[in-house]
Parts: sequence; C-alpha cells; structure tokens
Amino acid sequence: MDDPLMLDANAVAGDLAEMFGFDVSGSVHRCTNCGNQGAVATLLAYVHGPGTVLRCCICHEIVMRWVRTPTRIYLDARGAAYMEMGLS
Amino acid sequence: MPEPLAWQIATVTGVRPESAEVKSFTLALPAWRPHRAGQHYDVRLTAEDGYQAQRSYSIGSPPSQTGEVEVTIERIPDGEVSPYFHDVLRVGDQVEVRGPIGGYFVWEPALGGPLLLVAGGSGVVPLMAMLRERSAAGDDTPTALLYSSRTLDDVIYREEIDALAVAKDGVGAFQTLTRSQPPDWTGYARRIDREMLSEVLASIGPQPLAYICGPTLLVEAAANGLVELGVPPARVRTERFGPTT
Repeated sequence: MDDPLMLDANAVAGDLAEMFGFDVSGSVHRCTNCGNQGAVATLLAYVHGPGTVLRCCICHEIVMRWVRTPTRIYLDARGAAYMEMGLS
Repeated sequence: MPEPLAWQIATVTGVRPESAEVKSFTLALPAWRPHRAGQHYDVRLTAEDGYQAQRSYSIGSPPSQTGEVEVTIERIPDGEVSPYFHDVLRVGDQVEVRGPIGGYFVWEPALGGPLLLVAGGSGVVPLMAMLRERSAAGDDTPTALLYSSRTLDDVIYREEIDALAVAKDGVGAFQTLTRSQPPDWTGYARRIDREMLSEVLASIGPQPLAYICGPTLLVEAAANGLVELGVPPARVRTERFGPTT
C-alpha cells in the first residue's frame, strides 16, 4: 500500500460517469473476490498504464478495468459482484 | 436521474497567484451547476494532432459562488496540463471542462462533524471549499484543519488560514512545515505522524468525520494513523493525488 502512483477512484469519477451515464462514485459496489462492500470512490485507482484499473481497497484484487480508444470504451467489470445506485 | 456530464467551454475570468508554484483560476461556465464542497472538474486539452490530456482539479470556491468556479492548480514541472495553465493560459482564454464530479469526497453542514481536515500541499484546495462552505452557511460544526507544507512560501491560502486561526468560530488551524521553518515558527516542524494527529484530535473529539487530501504517501500515513487512534475507517475519506513532485 505504499505505491505513490495509486489514486482513489474519485479521480476517475468523470470517466465512470461517461460509462454509467451519471456519477457513481458515491454508489455501492461489492468486490467479487473478498466481498467487501463500499463506495466506488474507495476503490484504488491506477491510471498511469494504457488503461485504468480499479482495485479493492481491502484485498487489492481488480474490481473494474477499462481501456479507451478515440471512439470506444472497453470495460471489464467482472470484479464487481454487485452495484447499487440511487435514482434521484 | 441526474443529467449526464457534458464537456463545456469555460472562459478564464481571473488568475491569482497563491504561492510560488500554485495559482487559482476563475472559470466562467455557460452551463454552471451548483457543486458540493470537495468536488472537482475534469479539464481536457486537445493538441492540433488530436492528442488529448485530461486531469482532475479540485474546486476551491464554495457552492454559493454562482456562474463560475475557482480551481487552484499546482505547477508540475514535467506535467502535461498544469504548465499550460500556468505559462500559457490568460484571462479571456477558453478551456474544455466537465463537472462538477464526485459524490463521496464531499462535505456539507448536514453531514455534521466534528470535522477533521488533513491536507498536504495542494490537497488543501477541496478542504478549503469545505471551510468556505461552512463559513458561508454560518455553520458551527467543531472543525480542525491540519495542513502540511514544505516551507512557509509553499502554504496556499496563507492569509485565509491565518485568519481562521484567530476568528474563534470553532475552526482550529494546525500547520506543519516539513522542510524549513522561519525562526519565529510556532507550528509543527515534521511530517504528519500519529502523535500530531492525536494532538489535533484532542481539540475536536475522538470520533471525527475525517477528510484527507494530498500526495498518496501522506494520505496513507494520515489515514492509517487515524484508524490506529480509533477513528472508524468508514469515517475516514481520502483523496490521493499521486506522487509528490
């Protein structure tokens, strides 16, 4: 947990909003690997590679990852067993 | 369902130096929306060949300042976006932004307290938005700010923070200078540690709602220190902004 490049998912909330249609940083996710449940913003974000990787803040397994091209976003969210978001 | 975030063209209406490497930029927004203290805007620059660089910058102004936002930006020497803001952008220029963004690292008086704000360097920006919001709302939540800078010249919002310390409206301001201190310095002179956090906590009570923003390693140290001191992890919210420069 001493990686100076690590950010919070809050930093990529704009990209997430682009994919989900609204801001999900305060929404709840559950980690497929360890079952930890918490706000999406508490995920650890790694943004310096060719894509973006969000890891669980408890077990560090990958929860979501995506790559963008000029015209598309490719999202792999299999590490998020569940999500819960408000409609208002 | 809230409206989706769209990119819009902001116009720079003001530039103000805050410290040697930090400036505040006032951006007028055609589609301004009220923000929550702690939120940020994404900024996108596009080169002639189509290459794009995008960064997130915290809003320093309170939501009561309508039609515009103020973002405070530190110049990162080898950065792609901050040198453009510091060295190229002038009043009247336009820049592409989207926001406000973020539904977690936010505070408003209804969330209560006591409120503990811990900042390193330009991490003080979203926390200042919270302090300004608290003040604009006439709120009296017991609040402590612990702010770490390298030197006195690096302190952002220095006069405003000094004023907080004497205003006696329930905000305690604690500062530490880690690299060098003036001869008459009465604050701390080391990196944030558990003992320092414990002393700050003593001023507001042991179960605060804590917001920590700064370089990743400072945030890690402060968050771990607070949890070791018994603050529930669910009451510690963090915003890491990467390596120190």
